[in-house]
Amino acid sequence: MYRYDEFDHAFVKARVAEFTDQVDRRMAGEITEDQFKPLRLMNGVYLQLHAYMLRVAIPYGTLNAAQLRILAHIARKYDKGYGHFTTRQNIQFNWPALSDIPAILTDLASVEMHAIQTSGNCIRNVTADHLAGAAADEIADPRPYAEILRQWSTVHPEFTYLPRKFKIAVTGAARDRAAIQVHDIGLQLTKNESGELGFSVYVGGGQGRTPIIAKKIKDFLPERDLLSYTTAIMRVYNLHGRRDNKYKARIKILVHETGAEEFARQVEAEWAEIRAGELKLPDADIRAIERYFAPPSLPARPDGDSAVKQARLDSRPFGAWLDQNVTTHRDPDYAAVTISLKGIGEVPGDMTDSQMEAVADIAERYGFNEIRVSHEQNLILPHVARADLKSVYDALVEIRLETPNSNLITDIIACPGLDYCALANARSIPVAQDISRRFADLERQRDIGELKLKISGCINACGHHHVGHIGILGVEKKGAELYQVTLGGSGDENTSIGDIIGRGFAPDEITDAIETIVDTYLGLRLDRDERFIDAYRRVGPAAFKQALYGSEAKAA
Amino acid sequence: MKVLTANRLTDGAVVWYGADHGWSEAFESVSLASNADETANLEAIGKAACANNEVVDADLIDVSRIEGAIVPNRLRERIRANGPSNLTEPGKQASADFRRPG
Ligand code: SF4
Repeated sequence: MYRYDEFDHAFVKARVAEFTDQVDRRMAGEITEDQFKPLRLMNGVYLQLHAYMLRVAIPYGTLNAAQLRILAHIARKYDKGYGHFTTRQNIQFNWPALSDIPAILTDLASVEMHAIQTSGNCIRNVTADHLAGAAADEIADPRPYAEILRQWSTVHPEFTYLPRKFKIAVTGAARDRAAIQVHDIGLQLTKNESGELGFSVYVGGGQGRTPIIAKKIKDFLPERDLLSYTTAIMRVYNLHGRRDNKYKARIKILVHETGAEEFARQVEAEWAEIRAGELKLPDADIRAIERYFAPPSLPARPDGDSAVKQARLDSRPFGAWLDQNVTTHRDPDYAAVTISLKGIGEVPGDMTDSQMEAVADIAERYGFNEIRVSHEQNLILPHVARADLKSVYDALVEIRLETPNSNLITDIIACPGLDYCALANARSIPVAQDISRRFADLERQRDIGELKLKISGCINACGHHHVGHIGILGVEKKGAELYQVTLGGSGDENTSIGDIIGRGFAPDEITDAIETIVDTYLGLRLDRDERFIDAYRRVGPAAFKQALYGSEAKAA
Repeated sequence: MKVLTANRLTDGAVVWYGADHGWSEAFESVSLASNADETANLEAIGKAACANNEVVDADLIDVSRIEGAIVPNRLRERIRANGPSNLTEPGKQASADFRRPG
């Protein structure tokens, strides 16, 4: 993975020193909250309902064991023994004292981590496919490009005060596991007819109050032009993006109002000016960054097949885990393992300090020291020899992280919601927990098949509800929580925004409503191979409306 | 009826203002404002505490008396008072010694 060079080390160290001084001055009363707030936000420090919250960047979701151990250490020493992995592939600590944050940032810097650009109207942490470097269908590893974008965008003076925050996602395969079409810029690695590497460029996607699917504005951008073209997009946005209305300030509104064609024309015009200049990436530089991400050399382990076969015969739970949480690797002796942070009735994305430490050990012992955070709030061990899968499984059982539910209905994405978040209208976590318990039975979950259920506690949509096959949005109505359901969303290469299905449900009705939706699907699917999303796309909302609202639906 | 709440500057902890012993994590000893004068008084105390950097985000919130106990009206404020609703085992999550069982 990427290793800091001298510049990175010096930069992060200087930033820690600067923010330490700012915290000291704040605590001494030398600067006011109004003066301090923008400074703390630039360093990932929010004030939530119960305490400060520190959001730590995990660039493109890649961690090594030493880094995960430091996160465990922070959870134990400065927090309440757990952290929360987010849909942005980051981690949030819910309870740090302001006075401890300089020490936390110092600890993070010791393993090349920080909290810079995890807030504010800047280019945020660039996200990427969590199977990068491991996926069988990958054209190229997206992370070198995410890293190039990170280096270019970090405290970029021109793009530090954008109209609004800005999110870029990169995927290296045609199968989109990074939800690039709901990002401000989505980059998909591809090859042109002559076999050269480049990107399809999507722009203007996003969720939140106004969900919009990104428009493709360029079929093929040569890799050397990555920064010049991105700069051109940023400039058009920085110039024309609305600063008068926070709700209309994202680039998706600009692209939508300008029209994708005209927007692309403006980008091309700007690009023509700068394309041959200093932003043109020398091939040697790209290859140098790429070397940091060179996959580990994977020794041949041909014993995998027989080992897995035998272990499957010996243990049914292992077989279930194998079927659900283990993904094909480009090397047939290896596999990628999903560590579900969605235990039945647990908080999606939460992990305790001891679990983090144990996973760090497992990654070191069996996983070539690599761990990924997925935007679906799980961890991934991208390179595990199939011959070691049973050992990994057994180690996960010991820390209760062996839940075999990846991509099933209990693999729920949920934002912190009103249990933590100062912006929330309703709780997300208890809803996720209740649905998880209701569908705990694994046979039933597997019968239902792939189903992406996503919950947000307000319209900001951190829980990605718009692109859930089933989405749940918490709202506040007359002082009470109410949950609005959307159906048919999807955040992959066939991105769609879910349709609001009808009136919302009270907290004690929502799980029943989800069950009704699932039962309706089971009743109308053509066969077990027709996934929920496929069935919904085939039949539309009517049957679901009828099942949920009965005669009420006809009247409406 | 209103009470005065804020987050403590140094650690962000949720605190309430009580006439007896100032800002405290104990909701039980919070001071009630039942009329305009009392409300204005609390508001001034909140402003002053923000100005002298004791607390941040001072806010007056609505409460009611339910079966003798004072309870914040909004769910948001009840959650602020009691900690996250999802993890109940060891009592209030916000207490300094809470550790998530793992
Ligand atoms: S969706 Fe809303 S409630 Fe959930 S984390 Fe984001 S801002 Fe908070």
